[in-house]
Amino acid sequence: MQVDLNSSFAALADPTRRAILARLALGEATVMELAKPFEMSQPAISQHLKVLEDAGLIVQRVDGTRRPRRLANAGLEAMDQWLGMLRKALEKNYDRLDGVLAEMQSEEKRKTR
Amino acid sequence: MSKLILKTEGDTHVVVTRHFDAPPEAVYRAHTDPKLIQKWCLGPEGWTMPVCINEARPGGKIRYEWAHPKQGGGFYLTGEFIELKPYSKIVHVERMHLPDPTPDNQIETTFVPEGSGTLMTMRMTLPDEKTRAAMLATGMERGMEASYVRLDNIMLGLEQSVPRAVNQ
Repeated sequence: MQVDLNSSFAALADPTRRAILARLALGEATVMELAKPFEMSQPAISQHLKVLEDAGLIVQRVDGTRRPRRLANAGLEAMDQWLGMLRKALEKNYDRLDGVLAEMQSEEKRKTR
Repeated sequence: MSKLILKTEGDTHVVVTRHFDAPPEAVYRAHTDPKLIQKWCLGPEGWTMPVCINEARPGGKIRYEWAHPKQGGGFYLTGEFIELKPYSKIVHVERMHLPDPTPDNQIETTFVPEGSGTLMTMRMTLPDEKTRAAMLATGMERGMEASYVRLDNIMLGLEQSVPRAVNQ
């Protein structure tokens, strides 16, 4: 199956949809269960789920009257990628801190000389 | 080689560890002196921190405001200190305002000598599992939206390394 990367990233550009994916990373959930923590109406959540489904990030299965959603493999990869970006931003902070600390150390040396 | 370790622990924790080539006193100061914080706690390229309030005493206030010349809006973080033990431990609570406040994140940061440097461990505690998941996806790194500016470049790289998507 081909995954359309453009629609995957467009789907990820929304914070609510990223949060839905993060929630589904913990296990499958129904629309009702998903709507609860996000304080959104079920139709609004359903709309987000449709975008995620069209992008190939989540799939649904039929269980009697329930339609639980879970992450598709592409969804897992997208989440990994997202966390990778988060990591990178943190790393950026600490790389800058390395520079600040080096500056502090050389100032200290100058003072005690 | 990356020195940063970011992992989840139990249902409600996120733990970040990082080594620094400076003694705990310096790393601690870099986390409590506003002038120093403004130099490094900026997230992705291009962001600045025009406002940095950091009252490093129990009950003291924290307020960081970030801005980007092209993105407008910006966002801020508020918090309060709970406990400070120079130069080994900081406990504080913080929340992001995007602009609605995210649930409180309690963070215990420890600075332990490691070789000639410092091992910093940041242990975050969120109210529940769902909040942690939502934080990792949205609130933790303010300025993540800015990353989309660079996403085009990332996508270019991706498209070259995987079979091209079929256009309908």
